[in-house]
Amino acid sequence: MENSNINLCYHEDTELRLGLPGTKNGSEKKRSFSEINEESTSGVEQCHDDHLISQPKVQAIGWPPIRSYRKNCLQVTKAHKESTRMYVKVSMDGAPYLRKIDLKLYKDYKELLKALEEMFKFKSGKSSNKEAFRNGSEYEPTYEDKDGDWMLVGDVPWDMFIASCKRLRLMKGCEAKRLACLA
Amino acid sequence: MRENTRLDGPTIGPAPVYTPPCPDQVLENVLENVLHFLTCRKDRNSASLVCKSWYRAEALTRSDLFIGNCYAVGPARATERFRRVKSVVMKGKPRFADFGLIPPNWGAFPTPWISAFAQAYPWLQKIHLKRMTVTDYDLQHISLSFPSLNDLTLVCCEAFGTSGLSFLASNCRQLRVLDLFEDEVNDDEVDWICSFPETENNLESLSFECIDFPINFNALEKLLARSPNLKRLRVNRFVTIDQLYRLMVRAPQLTHLGTGSFTPSEIWIPAHQDLDFGAAFAACKSLVCLSGFREIAPVFLPSIYPVCANLTSLNFSYANLNAEELSSVICHCHNLQTFWVLDTVGDEGLRAVASTCKDLQELRVFPIDAREDSEGFVSEVGLLAISEGCKKLRSILYFCQRMTNSAVIAMSKNCPELLVFRLCIMGRHRPDHITNEPMDEGFGAIVMNCKKLTRLAVSGLLTDKAFEYIGQYGKLVRTLSVAFAGDSDMALKYVLEGCPNLLKLEVRDSPFGDSVLRSSLPHLYNMRFLWMSACRLTLSACRQFAKEMPHLVVEVFTNGMEEVNDKDEFVDTLYMYRSLEGPRTDAPEYVKIL
Repeated sequence: MENSNINLCYHEDTELRLGLPGTKNGSEKKRSFSEINEESTSGVEQCHDDHLISQPKVQAIGWPPIRSYRKNCLQVTKAHKESTRMYVKVSMDGAPYLRKIDLKLYKDYKELLKALEEMFKFKSGKSSNKEAFRNGSEYEPTYEDKDGDWMLVGDVPWDMFIASCKRLRLMKGCEAKRLACLA
Repeated sequence: MRENTRLDGPTIGPAPVYTPPCPDQVLENVLENVLHFLTCRKDRNSASLVCKSWYRAEALTRSDLFIGNCYAVGPARATERFRRVKSVVMKGKPRFADFGLIPPNWGAFPTPWISAFAQAYPWLQKIHLKRMTVTDYDLQHISLSFPSLNDLTLVCCEAFGTSGLSFLASNCRQLRVLDLFEDEVNDDEVDWICSFPETENNLESLSFECIDFPINFNALEKLLARSPNLKRLRVNRFVTIDQLYRLMVRAPQLTHLGTGSFTPSEIWIPAHQDLDFGAAFAACKSLVCLSGFREIAPVFLPSIYPVCANLTSLNFSYANLNAEELSSVICHCHNLQTFWVLDTVGDEGLRAVASTCKDLQELRVFPIDAREDSEGFVSEVGLLAISEGCKKLRSILYFCQRMTNSAVIAMSKNCPELLVFRLCIMGRHRPDHITNEPMDEGFGAIVMNCKKLTRLAVSGLLTDKAFEYIGQYGKLVRTLSVAFAGDSDMALKYVLEGCPNLLKLEVRDSPFGDSVLRSSLPHLYNMRFLWMSACRLTLSACRQFAKEMPHLVVEVFTNGMEEVNDKDEFVDTLYMYRSLEGPRTDAPEYVKIL
């Protein structure tokens, strides 16, 4: 039964039919997995709750058999895990679009810088030669902290940084120099 | 009737004047003394059937009263027969109530029981209630009626709150154990922790992981200071890891610890680095059981490494861990016997368990996403790995989305000690995902090869064949759970006719009809209950059945609490149980007792 369904899909493309191109030939109802198996098992009496078979996506009450207390707790757990991700926007001066990274993936500045360099294909001022940096062709990672100030990445301990970083900006060399002078 | 003084029990009646006992009395005295040593319920029931004299002697010496269905017998009858009870364990609603299949206010009220016990057993020491509707009034009543109460345990109960707990805390002066497991507790905003007396207490166990709101932590810390005997402490998720630290340093003698949220109060700040959690755990040299981890920050997992080798029980079933995080812990847990976990660890995580935990007896794998069409993270691969590594397995509960017969068959052969096999393939009617066959052969192998099996829960695509196997081989099965399974009435007939020890049968959403009732006739008095919901039973058949079986209570109700109607083709829910009392008087309007 299931095989024949798959074959149907393959043949659809080459099928000759009447009708405008782009229109589907009617009511081939999309059958879900459990429906297919209902029919493939011979001698199955139709279950009392018919609607459960024709729309198996409708969740049955109390199924799977997990106590609602546990279900609710796990919603919290799932949400919490999601909140222990830390996505921040990363912009690069001159680039038309922004990116997003998860700060919790990195355990220190080295890893973060490496990831940024790979993502944006640049070399940060710290790792490239001084001349290029002075020319302003390099980028320096900066971040906006909880107070709304723009800071140079790398000054505070990593833990404090991820606790306060709201967004990242890869600042062009010349502008960053000014920040560096202030720091 | 003159009672003899017991060495351990209370004296009833006036001080006796000595007259030499007659021979029958001597025999009864001897019998009573011997029966004291008989603790197993089943043996006691057998002993009581020998003759009247044995019945009386057994009744006088039974100190642990177990009532599996609070409606099977009444308080008057129970207290009339058993006069010397010191501990009571009672269960109320059927298990499917946990999954929302019983509308509210259905019953299971302990109130009349507490009143009867207050009269008959004022010396009562232990009360365990499971799946009962316990009110604050009930808890107050308990706290005032039993001055010797030292153990109160409530499992899966509801309808009480902090005000009820407050009565217990302040009035039960002998309390050693106050354990709340998976109850629904209301927040009446009463500080029950503060209600414990200011003096030193006898507390040995305090468990409140299920309380879903904050408690007074400072009061808890002070309570610990006056609880020198405390061995088991299980706190709720509102206790943070830094607070847990403060508790642990006060109570290094703990054997059982529920760790609360296992996450810091705020975002991790450097000051927390000063707290040596590892040392706190290392100091708890007697720790054998860990649970909690409700909002675990995995960075703290290494703190528990020092105690892993001694752990016999570990509950990670609320901890969202991946395989790597789990492995880092489990590799140290060589002595683990009980392990609960979330499926987020995947088959790989289970492999890690299998390779270390050679003594594992009980495993439960819960789904983080408990929906039918969720992505399952464990499969037959994990089950197979467990079966190959944990040969001593006795009990398994496994939620998954994909399974094969061959893995289940392998488990049946690798784990012959299995007593409990509960496999829940969450998607309904799912076959073996490799062969596309029904799961009949897998479950068949389980009943065939696991000769000690007493509890079975089936799932996936199943034909009548699976039930034929169960009826043929499942001779020791006492509890059977069936959902979305079977083709015809023959399935249940196989089971009812073939399983002599069947005590509890719970069935939902399966195509079984009226003829099942007829074939179950001779067996039903041996069963505690039969539950059938969303099957094909007609009201008239149920009615007829109720007429023929006087000692059965036949309850019928609808999901929506509407009146049960003759015009409906089938009955929504049938709940039928043996009872000496006849129809209960506390049923709500929507329950029709036939």
